[in-house]
Amino acid sequence: MMKKIKARALSLLSDGTVKRVLGWETGETAWDWSPALFETEKEMDSFVYGVYAGANLSKYCLKMGKMDGKTLVILKPCDTLSFRQLLHEHRLERDAFYIIGAGCTGMQDENSLLMKCAACKSKNFAVYDEIIDTEEAKQPTGTKNRMEDVEKLEQMTAEERFAFWQGELSRCIRCNACRNVCPACSCIKCVFDNPSSGVQSKAPVTDFEENMFHIIRAYHVAGRCTDCGECSRVCPQHIPLHLLNRKFIKDMNELYGEYQAGRSDDERTPLTSYTMEDAEPGIVHERGRG
Amino acid sequence: MPVSNANWKPKIVAFCCNWCSYAGADLAGSGRMQYPADVKIIRVPCSCRVNPLFILRAFERGADGVIICGCHPGDCHYTSGNYFARRRMTLLFSMLDYLGIERDRTRVEWVSAAEGAKFAKTMNEFVETIYTLGENRKLRDIRCRK
Repeated sequence: MMKKIKARALSLLSDGTVKRVLGWETGETAWDWSPALFETEKEMDSFVYGVYAGANLSKYCLKMGKMDGKTLVILKPCDTLSFRQLLHEHRLERDAFYIIGAGCTGMQDENSLLMKCAACKSKNFAVYDEIIDTEEAKQPTGTKNRMEDVEKLEQMTAEERFAFWQGELSRCIRCNACRNVCPACSCIKCVFDNPSSGVQSKAPVTDFEENMFHIIRAYHVAGRCTDCGECSRVCPQHIPLHLLNRKFIKDMNELYGEYQAGRSDDERTPLTSYTMEDAEPGIVHERGRG
Repeated sequence: MPVSNANWKPKIVAFCCNWCSYAGADLAGSGRMQYPADVKIIRVPCSCRVNPLFILRAFERGADGVIICGCHPGDCHYTSGNYFARRRMTLLFSMLDYLGIERDRTRVEWVSAAEGAKFAKTMNEFVETIYTLGENRKLRDIRCRK
């Protein structure tokens, strides 16, 4: 598949359809492939695609979209959801991109299948110009229930949950990698850069600040998060940040109907719509007591 | 365990929308209905003006409870503000609960301009709940501790 994609990218690059190719190259370690931009055929020598191409390239498209000429971007099935969500928010111009939908057989890190692939959402491409796929890549990679860990946490007592999150979040070094990598987190001016927000870009000085940062970070992308799991993948402290995002997704699905960000072009997100019959906030209290 | 302070008084922040609940609080005042002085009212244009960050920030700065009051659903001055606020607050409270923070420290109540008695009753109940929960230890900024 990598050979096919590379050959196709080279031909599009040489006939001038696209001016640059957004893909992956080998990184520092064997399992850490980095997103890379290729502008000439010679540079394309280092192009790779395979099981370590876990990075979601949709976020990088934000910058590419402002450049001259078309950009060829290679998106895996779940990455296309992020791309489509950005299109939906008018952050990207569809015409500025040529999308090759690349079949995915499950992405890995040094140990195992990535968390997002263990609970594979779909093998359908939400947006593409052409698909380069194999029969094997059409099969779902993992069948784990993605809400399993969230449910496990929900069943704990409040004290256990507090201890769990204190343990996890207190490791945060506020490197902002989770913010920077997130395809939904695309504001030009970020609330975390505002010095009077109380959570500006700096190391936390209180035990609560990182909680606040992570609640707000997950909240800002609620309804737009496609659950691509990049936040947890890039966290240098291995904090399971996707558990916060998935909790929001779970609540929204339960209370406001099933929703998957990026699945359609004209649907409103759960937080930008309402119905008269929505549950009252008191439902949180009632559910907890049940 | 930290030493409990016998003279502890809760600090409660109430975000009240300008058009209904703030007027409701006013009515409670002019009707001489009693509610505890621990409640500090912050006037906002609409309940949906309340950013989740406001609530977290209030807790960080030492609030022991936060209550948001707005117009009854359907009666919003801006037609739909409280419908959005309702979804937002539901998700935020659920998230705070998920992080292990006592779910009774947060509350949303719809109070109209004519419901001075309801305002006073709600505040009395809420303050009582916060007294039973005690000091907010999980969410605050340690630097503010005296």
